[in-house]
Amino acid sequence: MTDIDIEQYKITEEPFYEAQEDEVALYEAAYEARLPVMIKGPTGCGKSRFIEHMAWKLGKPVITVACNEDMTASDLVGRYLLDANGTRWLDGPLTTAARIGAICYLDEIVEARQDTTVVIHPLTDHRRTLPLDKKGELIEAHPDFQLVISYNPGYQSLMKDLKQSTKQRFTGLDFEYPDSKVETSIVVKEAGTDEETAGKLVKIAHTARNLKGHGLDEGISTRLLVYAATLMNKGIEAKRACRMALVRPITDDADIRSTLDNAIDSIFG
Amino acid sequence: MTTEYQHYRDKLKCSFEQIEECFDDYIQDALRNLTNKGVEDYLSGASLICMIGRGWEPVSIYLEKMPQMAQQLDESILEIVSKAVWDMSRSPNGKAIPPFMQCLPEAARRLGTIDQMQHFFDILNEMVENTTTSVHGHHKTHSSQGFPVLLQQVPYLLSQLSLEGFKNWVEYGTRNYRTHPGRQVDYFSLQSADSKAMLQRERHGTLYMDNERKLDMFLRSMWEDESYFVPYSLGFDELRKPIPYYDSLGIRVPDVYDDLNGVSGIDRYRLTIAHIAAHRRWTTAIIADNFSPFQRVAIEHLEDSRVEYLMLKEYPGMKKHLLALHPKPVEGDCDPEKESCIRHRLAMLSRAILDENHGYKNEFVLDFVERFYKAVEENDGSSTKEMADIAILFTARTRLQSDQSPNIRFENTEVDYRDDNRHMWMFIEEGDEEEAFDDHRDAKPEELESDGLPPRHYPEWDYGTSTFKPDWVSLYESVHPSANSKDIDVILDKHKALAKQLKQILDMLKPQQFVRVRYQEEGSELDLDVAMRSLIDYKCGAQPDPRINMSHKHDGRDIAVMLLLDLSASLNDVPEGSEQTILQLSQEAVSLLSWTIEQLGDKFAIAGFHSDTRHNVRYYHIKGYSEHFDDTVKGRLAAMDAGFSTRMGGAIRHASHYLDAQKADKKIMLILTDGEPSDIDVDDDQYLISDTKKAVDELSSKGMYSYCISLDKKADDYIQDIFGAGGYSVIDRVEKLPEKLPLLFTALTS
Repeated sequence: MTDIDIEQYKITEEPFYEAQEDEVALYEAAYEARLPVMIKGPTGCGKSRFIEHMAWKLGKPVITVACNEDMTASDLVGRYLLDANGTRWLDGPLTTAARIGAICYLDEIVEARQDTTVVIHPLTDHRRTLPLDKKGELIEAHPDFQLVISYNPGYQSLMKDLKQSTKQRFTGLDFEYPDSKVETSIVVKEAGTDEETAGKLVKIAHTARNLKGHGLDEGISTRLLVYAATLMNKGIEAKRACRMALVRPITDDADIRSTLDNAIDSIFG
Repeated sequence: MTTEYQHYRDKLKCSFEQIEECFDDYIQDALRNLTNKGVEDYLSGASLICMIGRGWEPVSIYLEKMPQMAQQLDESILEIVSKAVWDMSRSPNGKAIPPFMQCLPEAARRLGTIDQMQHFFDILNEMVENTTTSVHGHHKTHSSQGFPVLLQQVPYLLSQLSLEGFKNWVEYGTRNYRTHPGRQVDYFSLQSADSKAMLQRERHGTLYMDNERKLDMFLRSMWEDESYFVPYSLGFDELRKPIPYYDSLGIRVPDVYDDLNGVSGIDRYRLTIAHIAAHRRWTTAIIADNFSPFQRVAIEHLEDSRVEYLMLKEYPGMKKHLLALHPKPVEGDCDPEKESCIRHRLAMLSRAILDENHGYKNEFVLDFVERFYKAVEENDGSSTKEMADIAILFTARTRLQSDQSPNIRFENTEVDYRDDNRHMWMFIEEGDEEEAFDDHRDAKPEELESDGLPPRHYPEWDYGTSTFKPDWVSLYESVHPSANSKDIDVILDKHKALAKQLKQILDMLKPQQFVRVRYQEEGSELDLDVAMRSLIDYKCGAQPDPRINMSHKHDGRDIAVMLLLDLSASLNDVPEGSEQTILQLSQEAVSLLSWTIEQLGDKFAIAGFHSDTRHNVRYYHIKGYSEHFDDTVKGRLAAMDAGFSTRMGGAIRHASHYLDAQKADKKIMLILTDGEPSDIDVDDDQYLISDTKKAVDELSSKGMYSYCISLDKKADDYIQDIFGAGGYSVIDRVEKLPEKLPLLFTALTS
């Protein structure tokens, strides 16, 4: 198994991340003990960015798997393939991570079917092993291996929730949209815009977040704010950029659209 | 009369002496405004009106008002009006001539063009035509009752409605109350509830009702505030227009806002709500008792300015709307010698605070603008208390003797979007303030006793106008009375043989819907399609899909059924060749059907309905979804009784809201009826048929199926129009109903 290029999973440049609270220290402590971590939070609040940042900080490779409902256990652990000489085993991403000692990041884990998620169980408790039953091999996880999952408790249906047995194998970090000051500085740094514009963008985001549950499933994310600021940097007029980046993507509801458009007009003047 | 106008006077063939006195003025006015041809028409028109014999008043109105109207619109109006009056005098509606003449000037002012005026006459003509009735023969003999009252309402109606709205409003009344003079008068005099409701619907401007959700979101998203909105109408208080305010019961806003100074209605709503929300956020109530009324007015103005300043800091984009709506009092417009300028001064101050380009020179205003900004900028937004101090100083400095004058200048001082500020005062002693009255209100009127649920109102579809009549049907729901449940057992016993036969069919039905589950890694058999695809992928060197198996599983029935029974009087008929009434046969059929569905385990409810005009549609609950087919339900079935008529639309709409709440893959509404929809207050057969069709369409648009079982042999004429092809069966031999119905149901759902 030496033919895996570990370097490709490493993050070479520092991804920008602005800490909201003490999550960096918490994560570092969890990694020290190799405890599995679950990260919860609404879309676009910086979950994936946080993991990238931590992987860079710890100097560890990270393997990211975007989960979907068609994903099977084989897609995670690996499968036999036929080739000219018979069959050949191909490791899945989870197996690879366990072998090379990477951080395996399962993004949006609840999208995967529940029978799929149970394959991670033996890796997440004291055993730290991964049995490949088809191959007849039991992998001992590399000492550096750590499992991280993320999900968004907000928008999924009631049907999509993690089993208790899965949940209780993880330590958890709750992410929220950062407070106005931090969020403003994120937009400033990430999009290179000025403080005042960023502050206004954040204010618009707050008006939309107040509507969550009243017609909006999810408020305007930090990611979208960065998009809007980026459009403005390209010379687009502020109100138009906000409509394009902040309002149109998140809703098809005419009433909400007009309310948010009005908020943009009121805030940008 | 001077001899100068004598030859004009000769042309006017009318000898009332009241006319004589004013003729000079009339003709002078006419000569100023009209061409020669116009003057000719004017005089001959007046002569014509004089001849109808309705006294001098119509003639004098004509002479007085027509020159101006003709100048404003077109001279052809002279002839149109005289002709219309002449025609009217030849019809039974002569009585309406004076009010007709009276409403004309106002109508002309509102409508503005001759074309609009012509439309207006057309509308009136059609209304008269349709409401003038005859008792015998084809000559119209009875005058229109609604017409004179309508004419009296014209000025008000046109001030509230566009001409199109006016037309709709008039047509609605004509259509619905053509044959009922008493109600016609109620409608056209704006007395009846639906007349007001229609008026409301036709009003111009931005209606609160259309934007409720937007405004709620506005308050929630931009102000993080929550409250109820209570709309009030501007339509009925002429003297003292209510203005927005809020209290513990909610925020009161007008029910309609027109566009004003380039600010759209919805933005005016937003500004009003923003202003109130700003008060709610930043204003703290202060004690009122120590301030004089003038001081209070001043404090209110400054506090308004303060919350607006804070609001604009947050949302600078609102400024342009505020500037557009805030009055701009002209300096020196108010003469302190003649009137009280207190409001004028304060409005100037308020404008100057809002608008840096105010251009006022008044030293007090300039000084206090500075003080205001110093206060809000230095003290972090300042406070209501501090505003009170500044305001008192302002009233002291600028006080004039004439402030006490009862003649207060109001023009250009009223700020449209501000509320009445009643929330910012606390009263220690109850004084003679208006609010004091509220405290002594009588205890709540006792709850009306009622033996059931309050009525539910449903709209009804009017195919004539393709609109819904709002809240047209009142539906009362109650639990069906009970009788001896043993009767139903006897019926079931009687049809034992049939039940046995049904049971066999049911057993075949039970395992339903064999479903194929594809894309399985492990399954009961190979799914060839997918397997081939995987093999091809593999041969091409691509990642093959390993999920090439499939399996089967049984899917349970997931059906919710609503059985709606028509309990109209015709059920008491005994069909030919049978000894039982249709009611008894239906009872048997429904019992068997209930038994069948209970066996199948589907979700199932039964309700019956009949109607006695739109005001009284009865809806009887016989079996609910959570009830089983037990003795209680059987008891209710046994008590089934027939009476009244069949107004189906409302019943379907009510039943559908129960069915819609069920969680099931398939929702079916079965309707068992013995005739077409009808009611005693409807003459037009097609009306209730089209309403029922609309109700059925609503069902299918909500994903529910409807199926009608009709016992009416003549149903073919209309039933397909209502339920569509394949949405019904007609059972010719009613005595077969008990065996047909359960079979039909099983066939439908298998």
